[in-house]
Amino acid sequence: MDKVKPNYSRPLDFKQGRVELSHGSGGRAMAQLIAELFTADFDNAYLAQGNDGALLPQIAGRLVMSCDGHVVSPLFFAGGDIGCLSVHGTINDVAMMGARPLYLAASFILEEGFPLADLKRIVASMANAARVAGVPIVAGDTKVVEQGKGDGVFIITTGVGVAREGITLSGDLAQPGDTILLSGTIGDHGMAVLSQRENLTFDAPIVSDTAALHGLVAAMLDSGAKLRVLRDPTRGGLATTLNEIAKQSGVGMMLHESAIAVNQPVEAACEFLGLDPLYVANEGKLVAICAPEDGGRLLEVMRAHPLASEAAIIGEVTEDAHGFVQMTTKLGGRRIVDWLAGEQLPRIC
Amino acid sequence: MKYVDEFRDGELARNIAANIAREATAASGYRLMEFCGGHTHALSRYGIADLLPASVRMIHGPGCPVCVLPIGRVDQAIRLAREHGVILCTYADTMLVPCSDNLTLMRAKSGGADVRMIYSTQDALKIARDNPGRQVVFFAIGFETTTPPTAVAVKQAATEGLTNFSVLCNHVLTPAAMHAILSAPGGVALDGFVGPAHVSTVIGSKPYEVFADDYGKPVVIAGFEPLDVMQAILMLIRQINEGRATVENEFTRAVTREGNLKAQALVEEVFELREMFEWRGLGSIPHSALTLRPEFAEFDAELKFSIDYVAVRDHKACECAAILRGEKRPQDCKIFGTVCTPHNPIGSCMVSSEGACAAHYSYGRFRDAA
Repeated sequence: MDKVKPNYSRPLDFKQGRVELSHGSGGRAMAQLIAELFTADFDNAYLAQGNDGALLPQIAGRLVMSCDGHVVSPLFFAGGDIGCLSVHGTINDVAMMGARPLYLAASFILEEGFPLADLKRIVASMANAARVAGVPIVAGDTKVVEQGKGDGVFIITTGVGVAREGITLSGDLAQPGDTILLSGTIGDHGMAVLSQRENLTFDAPIVSDTAALHGLVAAMLDSGAKLRVLRDPTRGGLATTLNEIAKQSGVGMMLHESAIAVNQPVEAACEFLGLDPLYVANEGKLVAICAPEDGGRLLEVMRAHPLASEAAIIGEVTEDAHGFVQMTTKLGGRRIVDWLAGEQLPRIC
Repeated sequence: MKYVDEFRDGELARNIAANIAREATAASGYRLMEFCGGHTHALSRYGIADLLPASVRMIHGPGCPVCVLPIGRVDQAIRLAREHGVILCTYADTMLVPCSDNLTLMRAKSGGADVRMIYSTQDALKIARDNPGRQVVFFAIGFETTTPPTAVAVKQAATEGLTNFSVLCNHVLTPAAMHAILSAPGGVALDGFVGPAHVSTVIGSKPYEVFADDYGKPVVIAGFEPLDVMQAILMLIRQINEGRATVENEFTRAVTREGNLKAQALVEEVFELREMFEWRGLGSIPHSALTLRPEFAEFDAELKFSIDYVAVRDHKACECAAILRGEKRPQDCKIFGTVCTPHNPIGSCMVSSEGACAAHYSYGRFRDAA
């Protein structure tokens, strides 16, 4: 009997092992998964408390909270994976409120049979993204569903941040005359994911732009420019984001097609598939609307940041009872840039 | 981008526009029908109306495959998926076409029918190979452009002995639709056609000669890029000014007089003319559509599952029929932009991005508001 090690359990097999129903049962297997994977990789004092919730220090200021579910397919794509995407997505949502992201929580819905090796890769990518961003994952949850009832991994992340004092950004604050800026090229994430899908293989070197934008936002706020709206044009793309803002603010917009940059492989892939890059998702870009007198200054600050070196002024806010987002085309004509109708690309983030 | 940006160049567009403005001087104006939805889309997306003088009026034609499909044809597809339990493979645009019982293929899918959106006939074949225990039906729609790929798929299925694959064939013919437009009693008055781009790569320019010779209507075949369309408009204006009616080809980089003989032979081998086919808007037109030849009958889903075509009337407020004949404009329809929007389409012309109503709604409706 003295061979029995009282508190021993065989370590998880991250090479051959798979997610089992017991990993979500609340019992010892789940405790092991949490200890050997999540707590080990995410590695911070709040998570290490090991309680039902994380007890956090007092925060002064207005809190911002956001949550985002991630169901992207495939899980791994050029430039990222569901792990870093789930960190960036929520950090960006908090940052778009003019806030500094402080903490994240992550909920995993795993499908029975999912390879632990893939899960480890995803968790490592999340941990790395959180570390680079300086925003710890302080709480989490794991559930397992039977085989065939999920699709590998879904990750839901929640973020908490604190809004900068004196700054209120909101989709309903755009005013006629305001300047509209965009931080870079559009369509990279959506086309990176799409080009990886099994039934649509083409070799265009398209890399997702997934990135945490809170550093860029901080620099923009530091500039003192009178910012009114920040938003990241994810699902539905730039067109849908601008229509949301126009509707919330009761204004119109006039964009200039020649100012909106699209990477050449993205343009080619969109052309090939009959998609419009204006409607394709981004995960590392933002739209900013600011007072007209500050447009030039804000543009300089953005271009000085590595995540917005291709930033541009893409149009102006107009007075328009119909709330139309319009665009002057490269050809010299005019068109509406409407809401996305239906679903262009399901499961893009 | 190479071979794309060249055909969207703003300066060239302004040059062509200046020529059009200088030459379009006939007091009676110019009523030009762009046959294809691809042209309609290019006109709208690039705001070409802003570059044309008031004397040039573009009239949208019936060349949008999803638009001309009558409700009864989509009903057949839905019945196959719901009642016969097949995997129904379809191109994306047909998913949202409203049909009987307040259904669309999308709603049928939500309700449990196995409807799958595909990009090519090869995807449908793959699904059939991967699901040997299920029947797989490809909902084949479109003009002469999409017909050869369907023919390839049928031949491949025959060679491989794929007994669980079949085709619900709704392929239609462009010249038949042009005849119907020109011979409709009290139909729209036209001075010329911007002729099809992709269709013509297959059938060539020869089939349009009858419209110049017998009906006296100039035809200029044009590519789908905005400069193609503008150049074709200029070429039509010149023909009309000179009193000529011939078939000219702006799209020489892809279209010849004879077309793609190999594709034509393939289509000829697999398909034959239908006696009669009902089009939305144009009514029943003899010899205007294709069906599988008897040798390939085992791949004909209509025969295989014995699903008859049942004609269904359009929504009574919907003007798609008159719009497809060029007799009305989208904004002439009472429900345009109110009850009927791309988000909640009532008629097929509001569904596809090539449809006249969807194109005008999505890109041009600010013109109505001004």
